Amino acid sequence: MQTAPDIVLEGVNLDFDGQPLFADLTLTLPGGRTTCILGPSGCGKSTLLKLMTGSPNLDFKGRIRFEPTTDSTVAWMSQNDLLLPWFTLLDNVLLGARLRGSLSHEKRAKALALIQEAGLTGYEDKLPAALSGGMRQRGALLRTLMEERTVILMDEPFSALDALTRVRLQNLAARLTVGATVVLVTHDPMEALRLGHNIVVLGGAPVRVLETIEPAGRPPREAGNPEVTGLYAGLLKRLMNGEAA
Amino acid sequence: MNILRPLILTAGFLLLWQLLVTLTGAPPYILPGPLPVAHALIDKFPLLLSHLGTTLAEILLGLALGTILGTSAALVMILSPLLKRWMLPVLVVSQAIPVFALAPILVLWLGYGMASKVGMAVLIIFFPVASSFYSGMQRTEPDLLELARIMGAGPLAVLRIIIIPSALPAFASGLRVATAVAPIGAVVGEWVGSSAGLGFYMLHANARMQIDVMFAALTVLAVTSLTLYFLIDRLLDRLVFWQPKQGIQ
Repeated sequence: MQTAPDIVLEGVNLDFDGQPLFADLTLTLPGGRTTCILGPSGCGKSTLLKLMTGSPNLDFKGRIRFEPTTDSTVAWMSQNDLLLPWFTLLDNVLLGARLRGSLSHEKRAKALALIQEAGLTGYEDKLPAALSGGMRQRGALLRTLMEERTVILMDEPFSALDALTRVRLQNLAARLTVGATVVLVTHDPMEALRLGHNIVVLGGAPVRVLETIEPAGRPPREAGNPEVTGLYAGLLKRLMNGEAA
Repeated sequence: MNILRPLILTAGFLLLWQLLVTLTGAPPYILPGPLPVAHALIDKFPLLLSHLGTTLAEILLGLALGTILGTSAALVMILSPLLKRWMLPVLVVSQAIPVFALAPILVLWLGYGMASKVGMAVLIIFFPVASSFYSGMQRTEPDLLELARIMGAGPLAVLRIIIIPSALPAFASGLRVATAVAPIGAVVGEWVGSSAGLGFYMLHANARMQIDVMFAALTVLAVTSLTLYFLIDRLLDRLVFWQPKQGIQ
């Protein structure tokens, strides 16, 4: 695996409905670490993530680059699990390889190992309709990890889950994405505090970086961790003020 | 499956029919009762069966050909935006033409044999199949396409693995409609000009005032159409297992 690159955004400008969404946004997300992008709903977090996927549908000015440059593209995980209902869990985890026509025994073995790691053994041949929401999202996480990318972009991946399932899945994700450059968009300060090496708080219009936090300790942090509880109230307040601004 | 409900429905229908005949005192050359029709059905059974063979062959050939042509047209429109811009308006406008009015022309061009009836069935099947399949493919979840793009998939792989399966539930609905209307195409074709088939036999019986035979032919046609629809419905439920349940349960 290559070293996980920094993601560097330089002077990014993007208009949405005639209004500037980003105006000269400059931001560096450090390589090999998890950065949580925190902001109120509709502030442009997901759009920022889409920009990093290299979406051809967004007409922006400025530069987004990976440092050092890498030929491998990114992996993307969305709030919706996007499992194909006509494929089994295993086939869904192998979707990338199948789409690129590069299925192999090694890939299958790796997928099965990941499925075991995620506690889904016995469900390989089940269709998504037969799985719970948490299992489906775990499947989506495995599909993302199968891509073996150094950059993983996650768009509110756990927001549709119940509290308990969410914590379990956050722990699993933190464990399995060690070493990659992870950008995780969320509107939940607790999630950001548990999972982020760094937290970037966005707000205002056009969107700007309100604050960058680097909580002590390694993710996943326990919810009862004093560092987490200490920062939580402040972050929540900052978000509310940012929303009003 | 609950076998009781269709049985009760059929019995109720037959009872109502008999009641209508008794109450109105309609003469048998206008509305024969269920019993004379049942007699005719048994009497003419071999003949009815041979005409059914012709009609069924027309229906099935029409279904197969119409489905192949309809899906092909939908695929062409999805793959080529340029061709789509030309084909889509033609397809929509073609629906304004009363297809049945084309039956005499089809018979003129394709003859009194099976070809004109198959052509008729194809004409009315084509649109529901093409339009349902095409709009199903167009409605593919955008995030799935985004995921495939980020995964570095080629366009044909995306079509095969994501777009076509996404569209199969919509396609299945179109095929159900097609199955329901295919017999209409075949019979209308037979009415215009033919020498075999249930439609032909109905006209033949009508001209000889054998109204009970006409009703017997109608019964055979109705039962066949229902059975065909039921079979296709079940088959589609099984093959396209990720579609929401619909049809006759």
